[in-house]
Amino acid sequence: MNTATLFGLCGAILIGLGLYGALTHPQPLRKLIAFNLLGSGIFLVFGAIARRGAWGTVGGDPVPQALVITAIVVAFAATAMAVALLERILKEGGQTTLDPDAPAGVITERRDR
Amino acid sequence: MSGPGAVDVAMTTPGGAWLVAALAWPVIAILLMIAGGGRHAARIALASMPVGVAVAGAIAIRVLPEGEALVYLVGGWAPPLGIALRADALSAVMMLTTAIVICGAGLYAYADFGPKSGKPETRVSLVFWTLLIAVWGAMNLIVTGHDLFNLYVALELLTFAAVPLVSLDGRAATLSAALRYLMFALLGSVLYLLGAVLLYGAYGTLDITLLAARVQPEPAAWVAAALMTAGLLAKTALFPLHLWLPPAHAGAPPAASAVLSALVVKGSFFLVIRLWFEVMPALWSFSATQLIAALGAAAILYGSVLALRQERLKLLIAYSTVAQIGYLFLMFPLAFDPATAQLQGGVALTGGLLQTVSHAFAKAGMFMAAGLIATALGHDRVADLAGVARALPISVFAFGLAGLSLVGLPPSGGFVAKWLLLSAAVSTGQWWWAAVLVIGGLLTGGYVMLVLIRAMSAAAAPIVPLKPVARSREGVALAMSLCAVLLGLLALGPIELPAFAVTTP
Repeated sequence: MNTATLFGLCGAILIGLGLYGALTHPQPLRKLIAFNLLGSGIFLVFGAIARRGAWGTVGGDPVPQALVITAIVVAFAATAMAVALLERILKEGGQTTLDPDAPAGVITERRDR
Repeated sequence: MSGPGAVDVAMTTPGGAWLVAALAWPVIAILLMIAGGGRHAARIALASMPVGVAVAGAIAIRVLPEGEALVYLVGGWAPPLGIALRADALSAVMMLTTAIVICGAGLYAYADFGPKSGKPETRVSLVFWTLLIAVWGAMNLIVTGHDLFNLYVALELLTFAAVPLVSLDGRAATLSAALRYLMFALLGSVLYLLGAVLLYGAYGTLDITLLAARVQPEPAAWVAAALMTAGLLAKTALFPLHLWLPPAHAGAPPAASAVLSALVVKGSFFLVIRLWFEVMPALWSFSATQLIAALGAAAILYGSVLALRQERLKLLIAYSTVAQIGYLFLMFPLAFDPATAQLQGGVALTGGLLQTVSHAFAKAGMFMAAGLIATALGHDRVADLAGVARALPISVFAFGLAGLSLVGLPPSGGFVAKWLLLSAAVSTGQWWWAAVLVIGGLLTGGYVMLVLIRAMSAAAAPIVPLKPVARSREGVALAMSLCAVLLGLLALGPIELPAFAVTTP
């Protein structure tokens, strides 16, 4: 197994973990972290694809690297937006869950600090 | 570079610079609005709208009569190194629709978010106008992008512009709706990105024309296609991924609801069309097209039945959107040619596109009318609408006309769309989709009539509007609904329907 395959498989595991977390966790903050894990997995797979395109003295295909940087910026912006929304929800409604019937979560209790 | 299609993309066509104009003007307008602040945002946005209409019109005039696509190579670099922008007939139609609906929303929203004399400027007005123009810019990028990664960025731009529109009023309920929408949208776009990454890994390019020539029916392409489709369906809110849509679309201010329901969900749907018809038309099997249409049929039935059961008018309209999105997916099995095992543009694709456009106008008109009714009554409970038709005749008429198109009664655009889908279903021998179309039409008629009957029944006491409703705003809602109806006349009239056969290399 060469390095690119190893990294590709690591990326696949991260994608699986992230997808599982994003689908199963009810807490938005956990969903968000899972989403970031999923994104990182995709970036890693893309990096492995870039490495596979290496030839001669060039260490890797430069196109995926350029795209990954853009994708990281987009994922960062998305995360920032979700966190901002979450913070506003905590301020307005006093809880951070999307389920109106759910008991107040851990984060809600920390509000008094 | 391989394939005959490569020649087609590798050059900037005359007039290709209009595509750059279509992407540049929203950015300039947004920068000016941020510099001008909330006091001037409305005026800058409204002043920039004619520019946007002119650019969309200029592109449509060049593309629609001949059917020749406009191409612009960014920086003069040909794909696969560079990125191409391309506008074909599909893009031009979507661009015009976007232009008309957003202009309508802008005129309608001026009373809500425009500058008020004697009052300090508000942040919400700056946010609304910048996001409105941002939605327009993102839609322009989605319809002209010709590179799958470029389209990913466009999808995210559309999401980032659309999500805050949901929670403009800042209440906890709408914030939650916005967050749920964002979660679905993020998962959707990240799945789309994963699919694009796999395609790049397998075929070494993300340019649509080059990919179309290289894609083979093999596991890598299947997985990528499934991931991208699933991601796009989550953003389009196709059943069973529709959960986010009703609270988000019903909670937004009326002008924003109109834009979200009419355009934003169509952006990701447009990419489904691009993907299925252009990038990989030969990848689909009979069963795959049946599956996606089955989801559409479930959306039609589920959405319509839930719309019938809603107590609030805006939620009713939002569930109607869930149902009407289902119609869009009926075109895939009808466009499938079993002889060549390919998706082919033709009657079914034209029907699907007409449904996209006529639903955009009808739903914009409906949300605007519902917004005015809610303003006048102070509530939007369907059960207590009695007497509204007397107080706001134009709004109720606009609602009725939009309903006409949603049901699919002649001469509306919805009628022609559903007629084309119906005849495609009959001619391909897939009677079950024809049955879905007919049942869906009946259910739609049910919830439209439910509202109209309540609105037209006599009230115990004449309704005195809580707030005066400007005639001009009623006029905008009516104009949107009229567009949906007149679209049918345009299509039935002497003008022949342009054949929206997607050009595949």
